[in-house]
Amino acid sequence: MAKNTKDEQQATSPYDAAALPVPSPRKKREVPDGLWMRCPNCEAMLYRKAVTENLEVCPKCEHHFRMGGRARVEHLCDPGSFEELFAEIAPADPLNFHWQGKSYAKRIAGEQKKTGYVEAILTGATYIKGRRVALGVMAGDFLMGSMGSVLGEKLTRLIEYATEHSLPLVVVCISGGARMHEGALSLMQMAKTSAALARYDEAGGLYLAVLTDPTTGGTTASFAMLGDIIIAEPNALIGFAGPRVIANTIKAELPEGFQRAEFLQEKGFVDTIVHRKELRSEIARLIDYCKPG
Amino acid sequence: MAEPNTNELDGGIALPFEKSIAHFPKQIADLEAEQIKTGRDFAAEIRQLRAQYVSMLRKTYQSLNPWETVQVARHPRRPLAKDYIDTIVKNFVELHGDRCFGDDKAIIGGLGRIGTEKIMLLAQHKGRDTKEKIIQNFGMAQPEGYRKALRLMKLAEKYQLPIVTLIDTPGAYPGLGSEERGVAEAIAVNLREMSRLRVPIVCIVIGEGGSGGALGIAVGDKIAVMEYAYYSVISPEGCASILWRTAEKAPEAAEALQLTGASLQELGIIDDVIPEPLGAAHRNPAEAAHNLEQYIVKTLRTLKRFKADNLVNQRYESWRAKGKFLEREPK
Ligand SMILES: [Zn+2]
Repeated sequence: MAKNTKDEQQATSPYDAAALPVPSPRKKREVPDGLWMRCPNCEAMLYRKAVTENLEVCPKCEHHFRMGGRARVEHLCDPGSFEELFAEIAPADPLNFHWQGKSYAKRIAGEQKKTGYVEAILTGATYIKGRRVALGVMAGDFLMGSMGSVLGEKLTRLIEYATEHSLPLVVVCISGGARMHEGALSLMQMAKTSAALARYDEAGGLYLAVLTDPTTGGTTASFAMLGDIIIAEPNALIGFAGPRVIANTIKAELPEGFQRAEFLQEKGFVDTIVHRKELRSEIARLIDYCKPG
Repeated sequence: MAEPNTNELDGGIALPFEKSIAHFPKQIADLEAEQIKTGRDFAAEIRQLRAQYVSMLRKTYQSLNPWETVQVARHPRRPLAKDYIDTIVKNFVELHGDRCFGDDKAIIGGLGRIGTEKIMLLAQHKGRDTKEKIIQNFGMAQPEGYRKALRLMKLAEKYQLPIVTLIDTPGAYPGLGSEERGVAEAIAVNLREMSRLRVPIVCIVIGEGGSGGALGIAVGDKIAVMEYAYYSVISPEGCASILWRTAEKAPEAAEALQLTGASLQELGIIDDVIPEPLGAAHRNPAEAAHNLEQYIVKTLRTLKRFKADNLVNQRYESWRAKGKFLEREPK
């Protein structure tokens, strides 16, 4: 074996990024609680209610704000058509994870109380413009949409459900990556969901992945990037490593627009960028094109 | 268990938790030198020192905590993929490139024989000295590494060769080019395709199992971790700097993440833990290689008995079962 040298320093894992909550590069708060808010893109003062009514999109410059899981479901589905599936699956604390006097179990309970969701994904069967689909919507408002055992299980069951019922599958992604509080169990969900997608693919299923701001880490490196068609929302941050980690690695500032939806489309990793207003009709159109006959 | 090789008693570098045993190798070596120089007989003293050393080593290594295990997994003298290839893979033919962008040297791929078995080998290699580390990019693969791996695995499938992967990486490379060329897509596709390859796949974490970068070549029928290797969703330093707000709490994070072989096996994440020699692989690389070889040979022999359909179904079921959650009565 080779001689040891002094500079044999161990690099720490660059994949610290995988579980990092990805900060918005814009400093100002995007969704304040007040009556008025400022658009981080065009800086216009906006009437909060007008933005919500406009699907959380700036009426002045079309900047797409982040959308909560429940709001997303309401927007995408034909009114009243969402039948939630697998809601009985809830997070455990398999590692009995504690840090600095805090515990994962308590953190989960807090998130559940705050958001009203059991976990960071809603799964169900629904109609989108009259087309029956299996729908998964990640909730970025629940622990940064991080992926743990429940997310992996619910999504896998949804994929299996879509396979069994020959339904198109739509998954709306928003995620800070794998959830570190469940250790390597979270990591395994990447492979588990991807394996289910392999079977769905073999059964001829159509999978539309919708990537929204931000989609990063283990989520991107599994089901998000496996869509037959990959749709992204304008300017969504999409990547594996977080921008901060990359900047630290290369010790330089990142180029303008790096890891944004438009950049990924340019590099060949996103099929189409769709304005939130058009998302329902674009999904319906793609489903119709890929239907036999 | 074989005695540690005297010349490699501590691999030349003692880890912080080895303070109480660090002096033994030198004492033994000094006494041996003295014996040769003076012609006096120190055999009894040497025997006693060795016995003490072995017993203290055993005691220390029986109860390593997770952070100490991480340090052993990153030991500068720990055998790397190339060392194992040199020892246990006969007639290795390295195959290069992803036929698309380039040849990523962080992942070595090629054909060879382990025992009597013809195999396709994919191995992450971190590099030993500085020059090699730069060439191998510290074992941090980019998209072309994962795509090369998949190309070679499909070749293996075509000729019904079993696949063996050796995992040792801090993670996939977080650089501009890596992102531009779609490292996430490359890993995702590997996860999907490895789940349905119609040949046996054995994956072994030999050192560091760094998150998605490790998983990208670690979906298979049997997943093993060497006794002092680790496998984690995030590095202890990364986890500590997020939750504890300082990387100095890495020991606490390592504990919380349950990243050692024994914990991973208990959680149902891996199938087997491969034993290492007394005082870990770097103290006796030959024995570590032997154990690894035995495991691969034995596992391939078992897996070869299954028909491809059954193999793929079992693989699906084993991955399907990974995860821990609560299930309430449906409403
Ligand atoms: Zn605006």
